[in-house]
Amino acid sequence: MISEVGKYLLVIFQAFKRPDKGRVFRKQLMIDFQALGVSSIGLVAFISLFTGGIIALQTAYNIDNPLVPLWLIGYTTKQMMILEFSPTIISLILVGKVGSSIASEIGTMRVTQQIDALEVMGINPANYLILPKITAAMLYNPILIVFSMAVGLFGGWFAVVVTGQVTSVDFIDGLQSFWDPFSITYALIKTLVFAFILASVAGYKGFTVQGGSVEVGKASTQAVVISSILIIVFDLILTQMLLT
Amino acid sequence: MIEVKNISKSFDGQQVLNNISTTFEKGKTNLIIGQSGSGKTVLMKCCIGLLNIDEGEINFDGRLFSNLKGKSQKVVRKEMGVLFQGGALFDSYSVEENVMFPLNMFTSMTLEEKRARVNEVLLDVKLENVNRKYPSEISGGMIKRVAIARAIALNPKYLFCDEPNSGLDPKTAEVIDELISELTEKFQMTTVINTHDMNSVLQIGQKIAYIYKGQLWWEGDHQGILNTDNKELNDFVFSTELTRRLKFSK
Ligand SMILES: Nc1ncnc2c1ncn2[C@@H]1O[C@H](COP(=O)(O)OP(=O)(O)OP(=O)(O)O)[C@@H](O)[C@H]1O
Ligand SMILES: [Mg+2]
Repeated sequence: MISEVGKYLLVIFQAFKRPDKGRVFRKQLMIDFQALGVSSIGLVAFISLFTGGIIALQTAYNIDNPLVPLWLIGYTTKQMMILEFSPTIISLILVGKVGSSIASEIGTMRVTQQIDALEVMGINPANYLILPKITAAMLYNPILIVFSMAVGLFGGWFAVVVTGQVTSVDFIDGLQSFWDPFSITYALIKTLVFAFILASVAGYKGFTVQGGSVEVGKASTQAVVISSILIIVFDLILTQMLLT
Repeated sequence: MIEVKNISKSFDGQQVLNNISTTFEKGKTNLIIGQSGSGKTVLMKCCIGLLNIDEGEINFDGRLFSNLKGKSQKVVRKEMGVLFQGGALFDSYSVEENVMFPLNMFTSMTLEEKRARVNEVLLDVKLENVNRKYPSEISGGMIKRVAIARAIALNPKYLFCDEPNSGLDPKTAEVIDELISELTEKFQMTTVINTHDMNSVLQIGQKIAYIYKGQLWWEGDHQGILNTDNKELNDFVFSTELTRRLKFSK
């Protein structure tokens, strides 16, 4: 366990050296941007839209006390989406999609000696392969998360208005009440930390695979499990640190 | 010329290379032969710096290379090309991008110059019109050729090939062997080849080192190997029915 953390730090330290060629790094970054970020938009939109709707409806069904104001539905949906659902749950979903693909891509390169090939050419393979992925995830995940918040709130609005639970005016009133810009900052800080965990753990797991395709599969599973656990643990730590 | 001096290497107490000394000569195809598990790949990985050695040293034309780090290692690395067992082409890149990769990383050539160089080395390995194809779209023999093209793109002084013809049919294997030996001659490289293919040994074995259980057991050329009375080498060379018959009929 301790030695695993040590090895992780060593690989990530290697990855954070200055790239040999800036142009090559930017090209890799664009490729990873596309592969890790752009390709996830559809999934994130779909999940956020439905979850926003579900949260709003559940809140509405649970509040049938006439004393509770209706704008509370919009308010609750907003808080849940922004504080927890978008940054944490979407990050976990991205671990499943992006983390496993990073681990298996780099792991396959390891077992087919493509990483050895980079190394004997005199290239720092950790830097060449992992740094662009960490950078891409840390740049793109915040965009995805903000997008998820917007889509989720729209989903909530759409669901309650269509089902006639509350009026559009009440819901939007709720969205606007007790607006605290820090909640977005808080969500984005979490997202950045989670994106780093996701890409670095997956990169490390792939980079250190030994064996063949079976081991690549295992590494990819481990990457998902470990980064999910870390994300939840860091969620608790960050929530405690930032919201108190 | 590459000098290997008294090198040893163990993994967790298991000795894999035991005090090996040999030289690989310039302009020749130097073969390392031996049974599976004898330590050929480990020896080659030590030579190219993928593994550190426990004892001894390796010199490239008088320059110490073994166990170096960072910058000092890079100087020699830029002069070496390596053909890995499976080719190790980057599978997200096309053939052209694979061969161009070292040019992108280590030269400041313009795109036209790089394209021209790519076509030149692809012609050296006798490939045409595959520039746009991806590794998954070409045959095993072609993958090996593209890998050779990538390895020689920067005009290396040293070429290392780990089992260049494993997984190929005998005819294609021979073509690859001939290609490597032709390029070695043409560019006067110091070429080191790991193999357990007896055809290669007889065809292109200008200098042969036989590794037995991690030790250098015999050295010579492809003439010597047929006439040796070294028992372990004989057992290895004439291990198949076909080769035994050949020896008998001689
Ligand atoms: N990274 C490693 N860690 C531990 N042991 C290793 C490692 N690499 C190789 N070995 C061991 O070293 C010995 C020699 O392996 P090597 O791969 O050099 O054999 P080889 O001669 O290339 O065989 P083949 O012809 O099958 O490729 C084997 O017993 C192998 O288990
Ligand atoms: Mg081998």
